Amino acid sequence: MVEFRYRDDEVTEQPSVTLDAFLDQSNATAVRLEPDDDARKLIPFLDRLTLIEVAFPKFRDGRGYSSARILREAGYTGELRAQGDVLVDQIAFMRRCGFDSFAPEGSLNPDAVERALSTYDQFYQKAADAAVPVWKLRHG
Amino acid sequence: MKLLTGNELGSGAVTWWTGSGWSIHVEDAVDVGEGGESILHAEEGARRVNAPYIIDAIATPEGPRPAHIKDRVRALGPTVRPDLTLKPADPAAGDWII
Amino acid sequence: MYKYDNYDQAIVDARVAEFRDQVNRRMAGEITEDQFKPLRLMNGLYLQLHAYMLRVAIPYGTLDSRQMRMLAHIARKYDRDYGHFTTRQNIQYNWIKLEECADLLEELASVEMHAIQTSGNCIRNISSDQYAGAAADEVADPRPWAELLRQWSTFHPEFSYLPRKFKIAVIASPEDRAAMRLHDIGLELVKQDGELGARVFVGGGMGRTPMIAPEINPFVKADDLLSYIEACLRVYNRYGRRDNIYKARIKILVHEIGADEYRRQVAEEFAHVKTLGIDPPLAELERISAFFAAPAFDAADVEPDRSDPDFAVWLDQNVKPHKQAGYAIVNISLKPIGGIPGDASSAQIDVMADLAEKYSFDELRVTHAQNIVLPHVAKRDLYAVWQALREADLANANLDLISDIIACPGLDYCSLANARSIPIAQKIATRFADAERQRDVGELKLKISGCINACGHHHAGHIGILGVDKKGVENYQLTLGGSGAEDVSIGKITGPGFDEDGIVDAVEKAVEKYRELREGDERFVDTYRRVGMDPFKEAIYG
Repeated sequence: MVEFRYRDDEVTEQPSVTLDAFLDQSNATAVRLEPDDDARKLIPFLDRLTLIEVAFPKFRDGRGYSSARILREAGYTGELRAQGDVLVDQIAFMRRCGFDSFAPEGSLNPDAVERALSTYDQFYQKAADAAVPVWKLRHG
Repeated sequence: MKLLTGNELGSGAVTWWTGSGWSIHVEDAVDVGEGGESILHAEEGARRVNAPYIIDAIATPEGPRPAHIKDRVRALGPTVRPDLTLKPADPAAGDWII
Repeated sequence: MYKYDNYDQAIVDARVAEFRDQVNRRMAGEITEDQFKPLRLMNGLYLQLHAYMLRVAIPYGTLDSRQMRMLAHIARKYDRDYGHFTTRQNIQYNWIKLEECADLLEELASVEMHAIQTSGNCIRNISSDQYAGAAADEVADPRPWAELLRQWSTFHPEFSYLPRKFKIAVIASPEDRAAMRLHDIGLELVKQDGELGARVFVGGGMGRTPMIAPEINPFVKADDLLSYIEACLRVYNRYGRRDNIYKARIKILVHEIGADEYRRQVAEEFAHVKTLGIDPPLAELERISAFFAAPAFDAADVEPDRSDPDFAVWLDQNVKPHKQAGYAIVNISLKPIGGIPGDASSAQIDVMADLAEKYSFDELRVTHAQNIVLPHVAKRDLYAVWQALREADLANANLDLISDIIACPGLDYCSLANARSIPIAQKIATRFADAERQRDVGELKLKISGCINACGHHHAGHIGILGVDKKGVENYQLTLGGSGAEDVSIGKITGPGFDEDGIVDAVEKAVEKYRELREGDERFVDTYRRVGMDPFKEAIYG
């Protein structure tokens, strides 16, 4: 269930297909990436996609963070969803990597999510979000 | 014998299941036999213990003695700082561990 | 040294608040231990053999007297009046309470300290040369680069759930005083056509499968560095093994795909990352570098009075030349004979803080050999410093001698250990207590690990000792010929292991064989490299 969504547009209705299925057929608009899928394979098709779901079967497996950034760096502007073992304490990092919706397996306390997203307002490094890194604030 | 052990959640102190509660002294530990897992889950769920697990021990006149040296160090304290163990005044404490 | 601005302070303060919230949620049962564990690890808090253990970060081993006094205060208020300095230039406290940890971190934050990323599968403390800013052989002070990397790596959103821990070391001299080649990433600052850049090594490490990091790039410019390291990390995050915890470090990836292929993948990723504008302008490195400008040296070049023989011995062994005339680098031994390597009481920590403030431009260093350095002591002050150290039992003149042992906490403190390491260190030091005998043996880096995780760096010991569990009984393997310096090598096992007394005898036999065979001013490791293992094996096993 998509519980936390930070987009203004409509949620896509189409179910996601696997990466292999997507690369086989070209008319799906929603794809699901497993941790060992190469996100770059989607780069030629980004403007056709409204949803890319990145699976986190175990929260300790951090490959999805790289997948997300790679997609945003390639110019993807559709919905980028983290799905699976997503806990409150990963949400802020995931937002910074470009995720804008979350489908956690467990239930998350909305207040805790809100707190997690507002704990930090300074960031050392440039990532996939709009945050201006501290070095840029220092030097303009 | 089987002992159920863990740590106090807030303080981190090493604790042992006594049959009715938790004690920091391994002498108070009881043999949980084959029924340790269910006690473990109940106590962990209620947060009366953190990171619990079951170890082997042998019964001795002084009380249960954990089978593995690591568990004995854990039960008493570091051999190289007797003053920081649970029995700083006991000269035989180090021998019990080793 | 670096001083926080409002941004740095805000980040550390926010972390304290976040951790306090996470602890409260754990105590209230809102998150399980399994969910809480990576969070507390990313804040350096382990559940260890006796209690919670907290590892406080000392970035690239540099701190001032105010921070040192806070470490003493923490030991008194929250722990059992002592701390343990580690092989990654950090400090550990073994008896911390979870319910007090947020308060402790708040106190640390008030002096620009933290425990961020000192554990967990993330980028750990960036380590460096303990003589930085004082050594004559450095091309530049490596610490501004270490600070740049510290900031870049702190709460990096993409690299906080890596396959495994990630350790980076930065040096700037041909002599490697930080075991740089045995890190996941090692950087050596070099000059090319007058420009400062970094030679990049990737894939070193100790542990179960020790490896020396191959060079991946001979020269990365300052304003490409973060993009390049980001590319190195991204390749690792995407392709490092996650199927087996013992095969998850980057050294395994580099070894399995080969350095050439790893270099190629990094180059490809770097070409892409470089377009993202993640590198700060050079002005940021310059801003940081200004904090590391040389202190206002003003002492005349006077030679200390050597008439006190004990002082002269200490002078010759523990005091190293400084690039500035009139000054010297003081090494403070945390290895008293029969003591616990790397441990210091709160009182001793305060003494060192006072000495730093009075005699070393308010600066101290922690070394990966678990000792402390006063980097900028005027020669005219050396005698006064030595007297104060002696009173505090900190003046053992044994730098780099056999009793200057690196030892992990071992089975006395660590739930990962198979054997106790500290008693072995104590026994060996006691066996070789005679100071003249030690000096005659000369440089001998002896390192002890209580388990294969090698936190005692035994692979890099001229003599290394590894504790193992042999059917429930502690047993010790002996290795010879390792080195973590620029002559980097991995130690070789001698043969069957020994019990607690046997290992001490074995070490003594190896040392005596060295004395018998040595030529000229060969160190132990030089003789070993010349004659090979056989003569030593014969001496040890008879």
